[in-house]
Amino acid sequence: MRNINLVIVGGGPAGLAAAKAAYDAGERDILILEREAELGGILNQCIHNGFGLHTFKEELTGPEYAARYITEVINRNICYKLNATVIDVSNSKVVTYVSAEDGLVQLQAKAIILACGCRERPRGAINIAGMRGAGVFSAGTAQKLVNIDGYLPGKEVVILGSGDIGLIMARRMTFEGAHVSAVVELMPYSSGLNRNIVQCLNDFDIPLYFSHTVVDIKGKDRVEGVVIAQVDEKLQPIKSTERLIPCDTLLLSVGLLPENELAKNAEVQLSNTTGGAVVDENLMTNVDGVFECGNVLHVHDLVDFVSAESENAGKCAVDYINGIAPCRDKTVISCTNGVRYCVPTVLNRDEHYAPQSFKMRVANVFKKVELAVLADGVKIYGRKRPVVAPGEMENITLTAEQMQTLKQAKTVEITLIKGEVK
Amino acid sequence: MSREMICINCPMGCRLTVDDTDKSNIKVQGNTCPRGVTYAVNEITSPKRMVTGSVKVDGGTIPMVSVKTREAIPKGLIFDSLELLKTVTLKAPVHIGDVVVADIGGCGVDFIATKNVEAV
Repeated sequence: MRNINLVIVGGGPAGLAAAKAAYDAGERDILILEREAELGGILNQCIHNGFGLHTFKEELTGPEYAARYITEVINRNICYKLNATVIDVSNSKVVTYVSAEDGLVQLQAKAIILACGCRERPRGAINIAGMRGAGVFSAGTAQKLVNIDGYLPGKEVVILGSGDIGLIMARRMTFEGAHVSAVVELMPYSSGLNRNIVQCLNDFDIPLYFSHTVVDIKGKDRVEGVVIAQVDEKLQPIKSTERLIPCDTLLLSVGLLPENELAKNAEVQLSNTTGGAVVDENLMTNVDGVFECGNVLHVHDLVDFVSAESENAGKCAVDYINGIAPCRDKTVISCTNGVRYCVPTVLNRDEHYAPQSFKMRVANVFKKVELAVLADGVKIYGRKRPVVAPGEMENITLTAEQMQTLKQAKTVEITLIKGEVK
Repeated sequence: MSREMICINCPMGCRLTVDDTDKSNIKVQGNTCPRGVTYAVNEITSPKRMVTGSVKVDGGTIPMVSVKTREAIPKGLIFDSLELLKTVTLKAPVHIGDVVVADIGGCGVDFIATKNVEAV
């Protein structure tokens, strides 16, 4: 079995940024394993613009953003393998991959960064009743068919879910000559950005039905229509509001789930809230030397945040390889009063005090709140926010001094102090 | 005429009421900050949008290459610009920044490639 210092699973934005940072931290024995035929991951099919405002101070398309990082990786001569699918990661850090070129290969790694992204929730995950005709796609699948392969998967389209991918696909399908008759959203609000509602729906007079869902799919061989209905406050469909929308295609944009099958094999502890690993501030999981970053850890709003997080993971993995011993004494960060989760999930009670960013999501839309960090019940940081929403990841950065207080505290809490709540 | 608009500058998403009866004195209400006024006035006087798409490539490692307008183009030109893309087939290699369609509909903005496609 070949020994290797750092194996990075996934050559998308997370894996590329982690590799670059690991190299810059002095590591040379790095291998990126990518299952697709090219680097760049999901960015390759995200041909719309809006990426990179934070990282590059300009608005790039997905492929352009990917190309910047691919260039960084290639300029550093970092090794990567394409068409190589990792099928197992063990607790003792043996990585098994298969590729047509190499067959089945096992590598003994010193450190592993899982950067394998997330998956779309499929029809089965939301249990839509009805026929099994062709024409039901996840929005991302449709995006790949249109943007990468050049096929239009349907002409009369209904989209379930108003997250950003659903909104972007409403515009894309319209651009490519299809007619989008409705976007249907279960919640009374959209988890997508307002700017996407304006640019992708309002610009083309595509109606968005809040508090509605798809209750039935008609059509034996091909979708012929979907039945939508309004839902009550318990999100249950109201029978009397059912109506049929004729269509040949239903796109599902109903959420993303971190892809942690490999992590489970490695006995990595997962969070019930994020679906990703429980990690400390070094992005290391409970398995020494196994790190997670990007959408496999928690689903991000912006690729810029993925890149920043992953660069940190790359750097920390190199520290681990170089023998900096992991800390055993950890404080679990508790999220209360409307804060749904926070990454990192735990803090090391060590004496390494450096500025640290915390990323979190709230459980509902709240107005006029203060996002606060408490150490032993005492507020050490507060940030007033006019509005917070589940669709917008909140990001706060604490100073080295604040981190010292936090790491010495017995309890650490991230909470929302509410004023006027709507 | 008075119309409703959502400001897209920040996550607040202010609901604006815009009265453009007098084009030289557009009145904006509902904004929380001055950026809302600028947004509303631009939306009414000269709305522009970035357009992205993809075009066929012959002889490359992949069948399609992604493209974008170098900058935002007038909203009214969106569908004409997309029609132009359908008429184009590029030859690999294609590089980021290569002009795909020059001067879209006489507006002075080009479509450029946003992905590298090597020749096979």
